[in-house]
Amino acid sequence: MERGTILKVAGPLVVAVGLERAKMYDLVRVGEQGLMGEIIEMRGDRASIQVYEETEGLGPGMPVESTGAPLSVELGPGMLGAVYDGVQRPLDELERRAGAFLSRGISAPGLDRDKRWEFVPAVAVGARVSGGDIIGTVQENEVIEHRILVPPALAGEIVEFSAGAHTVTDTVAKLRDADGAVHDLTMMQVWPVRMPRPYARKVASGEPLVTGTRVIDTFFPLVKGGVACIPGPFGAGKTVTQHQVAKWSNAQVVIFIGCGERGNEMTDVLMEFPELTDPYSGQPLMKRTVLVANTSNMPVAAREASVYTGITMAEYFRDMGYEVVLQADSTSRWAEAMREISGRLEEMPGDEGFPAYLGTKLAAFYERAGAVECLGSVSVIGSVSPPGGDLSEPVVQNTLRVVKVFWALQDTLAYERHFPAIDWLTSYSLYLERLRPHWDAEVSERYRARRDECMAILQRESNLAEIVRLVGLEALSPEEQILMETAKSIREDFLQQNAFRDDDQFTSLAKQDRLLEMILLFHTTAIEAHRQGAPLRGIFSAPVREKIARAKYGTGDETDIFDEIASDIETQLVGEGGVNA
Amino acid sequence: MTREYTTTRDIVGPLLLVERVVDVTYGELVELEYPGGVRSLGNVLEVNGDVALVQAFAGTSGANPSETKVRFLGRALEIGVSRDMLGRVFDGLGRPRDGGPEIIPDERRTIYGEPINPTARDFPDDFIQTGVSAIDGLNPLVRGQKLPIFSGAGLPHNELAAQVARQAAVLARSAQADAVGEKLEGEFAVVFAAMGITFADADFFMTEFRNTAAIERAVLFLNLADDPAVERIATPRVALTAAEYLAYTCDMHVLVVLTDMTYYCEALREVSAARKEVPGRRGYPGYLYTDLATIYERAGRIKGAKGSITQVPILTMPDDDKTHPIPDLTGYITEGQIILDRSLNRSGVYPPIAVLPSLSRLKQKGIGAGKTREDHADLSNQLFGAYARGVQAKELAVILGEAALSDSDKAFVAFADAFEARFIQQGQHEDRSIERTLEIGWELMALLPRSELKRIKDAYVEKYLPREGDA
Ligand SMILES: Nc1ncnc2c1ncn2[C@@H]1O[C@H](COP(=O)(O)OP(=O)(O)OP(=O)(O)O)[C@@H](O)[C@H]1O
Repeated sequence: MERGTILKVAGPLVVAVGLERAKMYDLVRVGEQGLMGEIIEMRGDRASIQVYEETEGLGPGMPVESTGAPLSVELGPGMLGAVYDGVQRPLDELERRAGAFLSRGISAPGLDRDKRWEFVPAVAVGARVSGGDIIGTVQENEVIEHRILVPPALAGEIVEFSAGAHTVTDTVAKLRDADGAVHDLTMMQVWPVRMPRPYARKVASGEPLVTGTRVIDTFFPLVKGGVACIPGPFGAGKTVTQHQVAKWSNAQVVIFIGCGERGNEMTDVLMEFPELTDPYSGQPLMKRTVLVANTSNMPVAAREASVYTGITMAEYFRDMGYEVVLQADSTSRWAEAMREISGRLEEMPGDEGFPAYLGTKLAAFYERAGAVECLGSVSVIGSVSPPGGDLSEPVVQNTLRVVKVFWALQDTLAYERHFPAIDWLTSYSLYLERLRPHWDAEVSERYRARRDECMAILQRESNLAEIVRLVGLEALSPEEQILMETAKSIREDFLQQNAFRDDDQFTSLAKQDRLLEMILLFHTTAIEAHRQGAPLRGIFSAPVREKIARAKYGTGDETDIFDEIASDIETQLVGEGGVNA
Repeated sequence: MTREYTTTRDIVGPLLLVERVVDVTYGELVELEYPGGVRSLGNVLEVNGDVALVQAFAGTSGANPSETKVRFLGRALEIGVSRDMLGRVFDGLGRPRDGGPEIIPDERRTIYGEPINPTARDFPDDFIQTGVSAIDGLNPLVRGQKLPIFSGAGLPHNELAAQVARQAAVLARSAQADAVGEKLEGEFAVVFAAMGITFADADFFMTEFRNTAAIERAVLFLNLADDPAVERIATPRVALTAAEYLAYTCDMHVLVVLTDMTYYCEALREVSAARKEVPGRRGYPGYLYTDLATIYERAGRIKGAKGSITQVPILTMPDDDKTHPIPDLTGYITEGQIILDRSLNRSGVYPPIAVLPSLSRLKQKGIGAGKTREDHADLSNQLFGAYARGVQAKELAVILGEAALSDSDKAFVAFADAFEARFIQQGQHEDRSIERTLEIGWELMALLPRSELKRIKDAYVEKYLPREGDA
C-alpha cells in the first residue's frame, strides 16, 4: 500500500505523484473518501488515474493510495439475479446503505460475505485436479447449479474437503501442489477484468442460439459462441431486440450490460425479469440473469470498465460449462468513454477524436467470445449507436471487422412500425453454412432452401419496387405482381414481429419453417393458378391469405392450422374457389 | 474558507487561468471581480498543481490579468430550495429576477445532483393525458418520462409545450378494461428553464401561465438571449435541483420544460473550444452525450416517493436536421421524441407533429386496459401502419398520378388526409380526452377495408369499430 498525492484533477482523470511502485491497471483509492480509481498511464513519477466516481471536490495535495492489485471482479455464488454497477458494486446494497441516489465513496463487495451456501464436493479427497476442474457444486438457485472450479493457475491433489454451509470466503477444500505447498480453496475467485480467463481450446459450434425472433433465427442466425452486432439510429429497436434475446434465447446464463444507456431501461429489466418465466426452465428469468448497469449519468470511467466486468463474469460461467449470452448496450457509449479518457490524457486522436487503439480494444473484447472445449460458450451481441445513423463511423466500422453477424436496423422501417426494424437487404450472417447440419437434422431439410428462396424473393422485390416507383404496378408481369404480393407477405406475415404481444414474441424454429412453407406454397400455387387462368384479383383476395397472416400468432407450435391453410390454398386457388370455379 | 488571488495569467474566451493557488478543488465555486467592480460567478474546470482553470459564467469582458480578483469559495455551486420558489422567477443561476425578496431556503443543494440508483427507480407507467391527440393517441407521455420536442426555427414548439404544461393531467387507474379513469387530483408543479431564448418567447410562456393561474405552481429560471451564454451551462441543473426538491421532498409531480437545449449545447461548445479540446462531430465536445445525460437522466420516478419528474426539453434542430449532434444525442438518451414538421405547419396543421418519426418509448406500459383503454395499443399500431401506407401512396400519386393507384391505395390516401385533418389537427386550447382521441381513431379506421385491420385483435374491431351508419 503505497501513498501518493494528487497533482491534477480534470474531470474523471486524476494525476498523482509518489506512486513509483504501483503498476499499470492497479486499483487505487483517491482522496479522503477513498474513491475507486485505476491507473491507466505512467510517465516518470506521474500516474494517471481514471476515477470511477464523481471527482468534484478533489484537489492537489489530497492523498492517493494504491491497493497493489488490479481492478478485479469477485466470482462465486450470488451473482445470478444481481445488479451491479460497472465496477461490480451491488446496486441494491448501495441503495440500502445510501438511499435512492448514488452518493460517492460508498462501496460494498460484489459477493455477499455473510450468506452461506451449501457446498457439495464433486470429487473425492485424493483426486488430482488442475485449473478449471470442478471440485464441488452449490445449488445457487432453482435454475443454476454453481460449479466450484479450481482457479486457473493451480494444480495438485485435493487433501481435504469441508462440505456443508459456508460463506464465499470460507475454505471449502485444500489443495497440495507439486511443490508440496497447500492452498486453501474458497467458493470465490478474484479475477482481473482486463485479462481474459484462460481456456484449453476454442471450437466452432454449429448449434444455433435460438432467439424466437424470426428475422434473426431464420434469416440472420447466430451460433452459440458467435458474435453479432446490432447498429442503428436512435429508436430503431436495439434495446428491444437485445431484451428479446435476453428473454427468449436458449442460453443458460444471460449477462446484460447497460453501458451508458437509460436508467429506466435497467429498471424495466429489473421489474420485468423477475415476473417473466424462462421458457426453458419455467423459473423467473432473473434467476439466469446478471445485470451490469452503468447508466449514462453514472461516472464515465466506470462505464469504460463495465464491459470488462461483464465479459469476465461471462467467461466464468462458460468455464463452468454453461452457454452464456452477453449483451452490451451500447458499445458506442463504451467507445465514447474511451474517447473521453483518451482526450483527458491528451493522446493523439484518430478518427472523430476516438483513440487510435479503438479497433484493437473492440477486437480484443469480441475475441473473448467463443465456444470452448468442455462445452461452455460465450455469445456476444453488441449494440452500436452510430451518430446520425451513419454506418461509416469508426465504431461501426471497427466492429464490422470482427463480428460475423450484422443486424442492421433501419429508421425508415421503424417509422413504418415494421419491427424488428432489421433491414433484410443489408444484414448478414456468416454462420449459415455452419448451421446447416443442425438445421437439416433438427428443423427440416427444406428449411434452408425455403429461407434462401424467401431471401431471393425479397431481393427481387427491391429491384421491382424501383420499377413500380417509376412506372407503376401495371408495368409488371402477372408473375412479378404475384412475387410482389409474396414479398409483402414475407415482410408482414413473417418478418414483422411485435415484441410486446404475448402471442407473437417467440416462434420456435419448427414453426418458422412451417410459416415459410405456407407463404411459399401460396406463392407457387398462385403462379400455377394464374397460368391456368385464374385472375390475379381473385388470387390476391383469397380468404386464406388472412389465415396465413394470422398464423404467426400463438404461443405453441399449432401445427394443425398449417394443414388447414395448405388445403385452403389448394381449394381457394385451384379448387372450387379458383381456376376450377 | 475563502481565498482571494490576483494571479490570473491568461484569459481566453470565458476562461481564466489562475496561478499560485492553494487548496483549490475540482468543481469549486469561484467569485470573480473585474476592474470596475463587475462580478461574475464561475467554477473550476481543472486544477493542476497550483494552477486552476476557471470558467466565468458571465464571461470575461472587462477582466484583465493583474487586477481581477479571484475568490475560491470552498464549495460547489449551490442553490437554496424551498416551497416558496413556486410562483417566482429567477435568473439562470437561481437568483431572484422578479424584484421579489431572496427566498429563505429550506436547504442548500449543489446543482449537480447525484445519479439515481437504477435499482431505486420505479418504472414510469402512469399515462399523462396532455389533451393532444397526436401525443396521447400515438406517442403518449408518461409520468417520469423525458420526451423532447424536436423543432425548427419558426415552428410552434412553444405553443405546444405551453399547451402540454397547461393541460397535463393524470388519469386514475380504472378497473375496467374498456373504460378510462377519472382525472387525478394531486400536486403538480411546472419548472421552466429558459436557455438563450428571446424575451418575447419567455414572455409568451409567462403570459400563458399567468392567464391560467398556472403561474402559482410554476418556478421559472430564465437565462435569456442577452444574458451571459456560459451561465446557460448551469441553468438546466439549477432548474432540476429545484425540481428534485419539489418532487422528492415536497411530493409534487413536476413537469420540467427546458428550452432551448440547442443554445445550451452551443454554450458548452464555446467553453470546449476555448479549452482547445479535441472536438467530436461538428465541433461539439466528445463528452456531449454524457453531459446531456446528466441533465435528461434526472427525470424519473423513485420507488416509494410520491412525487416525480417528467421532462419536456425543447430543441430547435439546426437546419431541421435530425442527424445534427444535438437532436441525435438527445434522441439516444431521451425516451422518444416528438418531431415537428415544417410542411405540416405550412399546410396549416396544428400541432404540426410528424407522427411517423415521433416516438414514445414508454408507451407500452403506460397504455392499455386499466390505464387508458384495452384497444389503445392495437389501435395506435394500426393508425401508424395505415398512415405510413397512405403517405407512401401519396408520394406514388405525385409521380404517377392518382389514377395509377390501386383501389386499396386510394383508400389509404383518403385515410391519410382525414387523419391529418381530424386526428392531428386540433385547437391550441382544445383539450381532448383520451376517449375522444380513441373515438376519432376508430372513426378513421372505418375508412379502411376491414381486412386491412391486421394489427388489431378481432375482438376489439368487433367492439369498437363504428358500424356503417353509426359514424
Ligand atoms: N420488436 C418490436 N416490437 C414492437 N415494438 C418495437 C420492437 N422493436 C422496437 N420497438 C419500438 O421501438 C422503440 C425503440 O426501441 P429501442 O428502445 O430498442 O430503440 P434503440 O435502438 O435501443 O434506441 P436507443 O439507441 O436510443 O436506445 C420501442 O420503444 C418500441 O416502441
